[in-house]
Amino acid sequence: MIDKIRSADRRRVSMLTSVGDRFRALPKWQQAAAIVALVAFLYYLPLLGIPGLTWLRTDSIAGGNNWAGVLFVCAIYVLVAIGLNVVVGLAGLLDLGYIGFFAIGAYSVALFGSVNSPVVKWIQQEFDLPPTWAVTWAVCLLLSIVLTLISGVLLGWPTLRLRGDYLAIVTLGFGEIIRIVARNATGLTNGPQGISAIPGPEGPPSGDNKVFGLIDAKPWYWLAITMVLLMVFLVRRLEHSRVGRAWLAVREDEDAAAVMGVYPFKAKLWAFAIGAALGGLSGFLFGSRNAFIDPTQFNANLSILFVAMVVVGGSGNMIGVSLGAVLLAYLPERFREVADYRWLAFGLAMVLVMILRPQGLIPSRRRARELKDRAAAAEEAPAHV
Amino acid sequence: MSDQKTTTTPKIPAQPGPKPVLLEVDEVTLRFGGVVALDKINFKIYEGEILGLIGPNGAGKTTSFNVMTGVYRPTSGAVRFRGEKVTGRKPHQISRMGISRTFQNIRLFPEMTALENVMVGTDSRHKTSVPGALFRLYRVKPKPEELPQVTATSGIVRTWQEIRRTCAKMFGLSRHILEERAAEAKSLELLRFVGIADRANDEARNLPYGYQRRLEIARALATEPKLICLDEPAAGFNPAEKEELLSLIRRIRDMGLTVLLIEHDMRLVMGVTDRIVVLEFGRKIAEGAPAEVSRDPRVIAAYLGEPADGAA
Amino acid sequence: MHFDELIGHLGQHTVDGLSKGAIYALIALGYTLVYGVLRLINFAHSEVFMVGTFAVLGLWTAFGVKNNPPIGQAVLFLVLGLIAAAIASGGTALAIERIAYRPLRRKNAPPLIFLITAIGISLVLVEVFGLLLPDVAGGALPTLFGRARQIVGMPTIIQQETLLQIGNTAITNIQLIVFVSAVVMMALLDWFINRTRYGRGVRAVAQNPETAALMGVNQERVIMLIFMLGGIMAGAAALLWSMRFGFTQNSIGFVLGLKAFTAAVLGGIGNLRGALVGGLFLGIVEVYGATLFASNWEDVIAFVVLIVVLMFRPTGLLGESLGRARA
Repeated sequence: MIDKIRSADRRRVSMLTSVGDRFRALPKWQQAAAIVALVAFLYYLPLLGIPGLTWLRTDSIAGGNNWAGVLFVCAIYVLVAIGLNVVVGLAGLLDLGYIGFFAIGAYSVALFGSVNSPVVKWIQQEFDLPPTWAVTWAVCLLLSIVLTLISGVLLGWPTLRLRGDYLAIVTLGFGEIIRIVARNATGLTNGPQGISAIPGPEGPPSGDNKVFGLIDAKPWYWLAITMVLLMVFLVRRLEHSRVGRAWLAVREDEDAAAVMGVYPFKAKLWAFAIGAALGGLSGFLFGSRNAFIDPTQFNANLSILFVAMVVVGGSGNMIGVSLGAVLLAYLPERFREVADYRWLAFGLAMVLVMILRPQGLIPSRRRARELKDRAAAAEEAPAHV
Repeated sequence: MSDQKTTTTPKIPAQPGPKPVLLEVDEVTLRFGGVVALDKINFKIYEGEILGLIGPNGAGKTTSFNVMTGVYRPTSGAVRFRGEKVTGRKPHQISRMGISRTFQNIRLFPEMTALENVMVGTDSRHKTSVPGALFRLYRVKPKPEELPQVTATSGIVRTWQEIRRTCAKMFGLSRHILEERAAEAKSLELLRFVGIADRANDEARNLPYGYQRRLEIARALATEPKLICLDEPAAGFNPAEKEELLSLIRRIRDMGLTVLLIEHDMRLVMGVTDRIVVLEFGRKIAEGAPAEVSRDPRVIAAYLGEPADGAA
Repeated sequence: MHFDELIGHLGQHTVDGLSKGAIYALIALGYTLVYGVLRLINFAHSEVFMVGTFAVLGLWTAFGVKNNPPIGQAVLFLVLGLIAAAIASGGTALAIERIAYRPLRRKNAPPLIFLITAIGISLVLVEVFGLLLPDVAGGALPTLFGRARQIVGMPTIIQQETLLQIGNTAITNIQLIVFVSAVVMMALLDWFINRTRYGRGVRAVAQNPETAALMGVNQERVIMLIFMLGGIMAGAAALLWSMRFGFTQNSIGFVLGLKAFTAAVLGGIGNLRGALVGGLFLGIVEVYGATLFASNWEDVIAFVVLIVVLMFRPTGLLGESLGRARA
């Protein structure tokens, strides 16, 4: 039985890799056309109406169907997975406190962008500003990225010298600390009451919002998918650069990488900070769309869910982790009847994948470089040495 | 690499003379708890030579390697490289000073391709970091041969290529791109140099054993070292492969590099080294030309056991 | 900051901290034992403890224990509870070893794979106890496990009363029982590891698995033994917890496990006596900290202690001793 599953799995993987190889063998303009088509499809998705796929019962919105809303959640999770993949998949650092960065991202738009936040009220008083004043959405976006970047460095600086498993536990503690601070520091975060009226691109939520309203999730999805595509583009640039190679080298063998001139601490700190910034960005989008956040939304369990997305999908591979994220976000929404069992299912999936297929569903594979003189090299090789 | 290729004749003549000291191990002692791993070790490596470091198992050969490359910090004493202190620096700094090494138990980056493994080494001489790779704002004026080529004879493609060429001329190319190209070209050349370029795109873990050993050497060469330390590079090789390795080591020396070689196989050491240092129980017991050392009674007693083996 | 409160009742806070830390110490032993032999953080150990509390709950419910039973019955129920918790926790720990860790060990998986697996196992256990049991138990055991994911109360076995009064420091009977029994359990374990034949095997494998195997020590059996011992200690902790706090929940293990891990690292992970020192120390620091700031910051204190210890003294207060020296 297990052997049968294994061989089927092997066939599936070889099929996937052959699809990948064939894609790479295509002429450049065809590759570009395929990517454009895929992007167009991603933007079209919320208008799609395949029965079954889009049967999502959320009871309140749009006649019990919130397909675009679910897509938005998927996009957020994909963004999280891409960020966490930099940390876990590329640099090989197990971060169990990723929700902390997500929360910081969400809280930075809430604290600076909402008129109900104690921070904004304090600034209003201090500088004699009108009670409707708050930091603009776009500035909040920058703020959230910068703040999470800084918090990533602050957490990483002392802890990244630790061994991998210690680091994991410390980051777990970090995630909890952020949540507890959000709950207890009432003067800063409103504590358990949470913060409402978090702005969107058009300002605070109100009936006047034409595009980014509370009801229609489609524009939000388009916004999120744009961010996702942009981040995929940027992270790919890093992955296939000197920085990306340093991450992989540190992941594979830290000592050997150091002897080859890589400064492991610096490489890890960059990975941590970039991962944190991406987590912050997704938290920002989440808070902005939700218009209300409170500490209970940033449970430690979510950190584990994030790790599950990465490892189940295939850590180190952006397509893999995105698939993992979509699966883990979509399936519980689609099968709400059994949604109570989702954490159980996530746990089981993690254990099974780790024991049977530690590389994840779509294993990562290094892109072969197009070597212009590869044939010549092959000819020459035996003659040498 | 390009300049190294022209210097195929040895820079340093083999005849004796006052050769400059490249690396000096000065009274190095290393203790782990109560165990003395290295006891006041002294020796010098001269520029352009091949120095053999031999001794029975547990004599402290790899340990002294680890001290030289910054993995361990000596309890007392110092290692100096071209007059600068090595001790106390971090491994990556030492690597950038010009010391490189291979590992006794192969330590490649198994999930990366052979080419990428070497590129990690070449990267140590490059500068692009996260902002440079992300935004590519740092522009460098390319040399004429680095400009995008116009290959098409007519049509949109040609126009496109001409636009790219003009842009590159006007705004320069990003340092990231130029460094990537340089890294790739140099790595490929190094793979060819050690003779494994035919598997450049294979992941390191899928390479045969002999290829992995040679890939480690290529990776170590990629950091542009002055001194390369090879830790038992011939382990597990058959005689033919050992012969190939010998010639590779000589070619490395001929490029102008200094080689420090740890080896068990006496024949290999005798055949290729200019001088030999013998360690036993963390102490240096002999130093000199291969012929002298192999006659030294202490060496024979301590290491060779059966003298016939080593004298061969 | 409430310095006056802390200084004024320093003795009381110390006693409270010690009795709290004793439970941390017992759980910390599980982390330390496994780490000492396998160099592995058994992340699922917190759930081993959680299962123990549910075993106590199940047993007491099955016997229909009421609040404040007569002393003879109370002792009997405590002993039975200890046995049930030890069996349940030890069994869970063994099962985790067999189902999850052994296949990974055979494959020589890297440590992070173990950790992720352990997280998965932990999640599964938490959810099974949070969700499935009430359904499965259904009508048959209506009051046993309560509703999904909720706090379940337990009967008070021993009424809390002040036993000793020194100045303004009161020591209650429960605090004394918790502290003394934790120390006794640990002394027994220490004796077992350091004085018996089985313990010698454990120490041998911890120091050098290859040599131990050559000397004829069955490594698999040693590994099973340490998981079982860690589980039994967690079971004892579960009983003491149930007696002292009188409630449980499926997610109870998470924070408690993190604190116990902190205690283990604080004392020097892999070091049995270090677990005791670390646990007591953490308990005291926590109570002091909660008094100084506010009780809702209590959990943060433990995490901050963990981060500080790992940064400045990763080998802990007493150093790592059960296993090999860290390279």
